Amino acid sequence: MSQPDFSHDGIRTARGTAFRYLFMLCALLSILTTAAIVLTLLIDAVDFFAQVSLVEFLTGTTWNPTHEPVSFGVLPLISGTLVITVGSAMVALPIGLLTAIYLSEYASERRRAYLKPALEVLAGVPTVVYGYFALVYVTPALDTFLPLSTFNALSASIMVGIMIIPMVSSLSEDAMSAVPDSLRQASYGLGATKYTVSTSVVVPAALSGIFSSFILALSRAIGETMIVAIAAGQTPRMVDLTDPAGMFLNSIQPMTSAMVQIGTGDIVGQGPAYKSLFAVGLTLFVITFVMNLISEFVASRYREVYR
Amino acid sequence: MAAETQDKSADAGFGQVSRTKDVAFRLLALAATLIGIVALAALLLNVAVDAVGWLDWGFLTSPPHPNPYEAGFLPALVGSIAIMLLIALVTFPLGVGAAIYLEEYASDGYLTRFIQLNIANLAGVPSVVYGLLGLGLFIGLFNIGYGSVLAAAFTVSLLILPIVIISAQEAIRSVPDSQRQASYGMGATKWQTIRNVVLPRAMPGIMTGTILALGRAIGETAPLIMIAAPTTVFGIPNGPLSKVSAMPMQIYNWASYPQTEFQYGVVAAGVVTLLVVLLTINSIAIIIRNRYQQRT
Repeated sequence: MSQPDFSHDGIRTARGTAFRYLFMLCALLSILTTAAIVLTLLIDAVDFFAQVSLVEFLTGTTWNPTHEPVSFGVLPLISGTLVITVGSAMVALPIGLLTAIYLSEYASERRRAYLKPALEVLAGVPTVVYGYFALVYVTPALDTFLPLSTFNALSASIMVGIMIIPMVSSLSEDAMSAVPDSLRQASYGLGATKYTVSTSVVVPAALSGIFSSFILALSRAIGETMIVAIAAGQTPRMVDLTDPAGMFLNSIQPMTSAMVQIGTGDIVGQGPAYKSLFAVGLTLFVITFVMNLISEFVASRYREVYR
Repeated sequence: MAAETQDKSADAGFGQVSRTKDVAFRLLALAATLIGIVALAALLLNVAVDAVGWLDWGFLTSPPHPNPYEAGFLPALVGSIAIMLLIALVTFPLGVGAAIYLEEYASDGYLTRFIQLNIANLAGVPSVVYGLLGLGLFIGLFNIGYGSVLAAAFTVSLLILPIVIISAQEAIRSVPDSQRQASYGMGATKWQTIRNVVLPRAMPGIMTGTILALGRAIGETAPLIMIAAPTTVFGIPNGPLSKVSAMPMQIYNWASYPQTEFQYGVVAAGVVTLLVVLLTINSIAIIIRNRYQQRT
């Protein structure tokens, strides 16, 4: 009888433990990344707020970081972001929702097999390419029948809208596919047409998933940078609710575009103009972070309903 | 009797109206599905036509030049590929490691759920914010150097890491549990099971996800702007710390030139080059996925 050989077991366990901790470290890196994002933004934003008051930043209605007299009111940038968000929402939400209904309720398996990858391409095109398209093709085309500026919110919004269509459609479609078929059959049994089933049964039943996809897509639109930096212009101004058309036809400046302008400029060092980059970045981060959390929360609630 | 006729006509009306509505709605939904695809196709056709005559060997092998007829894309093309290779080296081990931990080791506790939620949220952080992270961390703290190859690669790596982790997790999750149990039954340890059973089975899926994420990385512009990558570089990078431009940066820079030769010529050629590289990357990913699907 030979003794069982345990001599390697110690090494094997030690190696297993070592790999376990190595992999754990990789996973913890994601938490470190989030912490690093918050810290880098906060440290420089705190520097900024030592020079410019928080109240002035959050309530000021003029954004002029470089030319005297300098002024650091973030509201014009937020209103620029709002214009783009509303504009792209008007494109992407109805189109994305109808697309999801078509894919989930009407399209045959074969048609879905090539429509879905084709839609995903819309989200895969680099945003700098969309920005270029907006500037050199969309704006001149719209300019033939609209009084457009060279840089305007309209063509940027349309491009951002097209980019986020697949985001709305794929997440909404997932929610619609999760609606149990028994609900549809019950409705057909009562003599309903496909239109009635889609709009009165499937969409209401998938509403939280649809809502969550809307929020996520809008959060993407808020953070979108290159399209607006190239095509929307660099004119920070407040929303003029009495002239909504004017907002879209002319040059504006969203938060992300202002960040690019400072980033590509020659401003360096410790001045408030440079530090304002981080204050605007922090504002953008907080807005999109809260929206992503809301979307996650709404989506996790709907997942519980049909399980 | 009156009630009966009323009933009938209402019934008939209901049927007719809904049928028309039904057909109209179906067409509307189809149109909505196609409109984005058609619009993109039209734009791509436009840019392809504009690039004709500009996209030639000289364009691909020359440095940028203020004269549109001599302008080239070489430093940006080489820079993009150098950055992308470094990103692959960084994100692949880190992403797969994190995915292995979350799928194979971690218990479904509070920490795991927190990490998972955190990764989902990181995937939604705007790319321009990652640029600020790179500026503060790699340039401010670690002093790697404004606009260097390393700073660019590290910054974009952090940006695509959540995507790599999520797709690697899906690939690992799709390995049937029976195979793990069989391996344990033969006396294999956890690490042996992961190395010899799970990873080989999950590898094509992991590769596909990583390559698709690299496709996303190659088009990223905003983070490079934030870490002060120069818009125009005349030589190809000769080391990890030399300044680097990238295809999207060069396109962004050229798009602001007012001359029509740039707007409808040089930039179009740059855009087509970027899209062709992107298409090649994605095709490789799809080929890997298809070959794997045929085998199983």
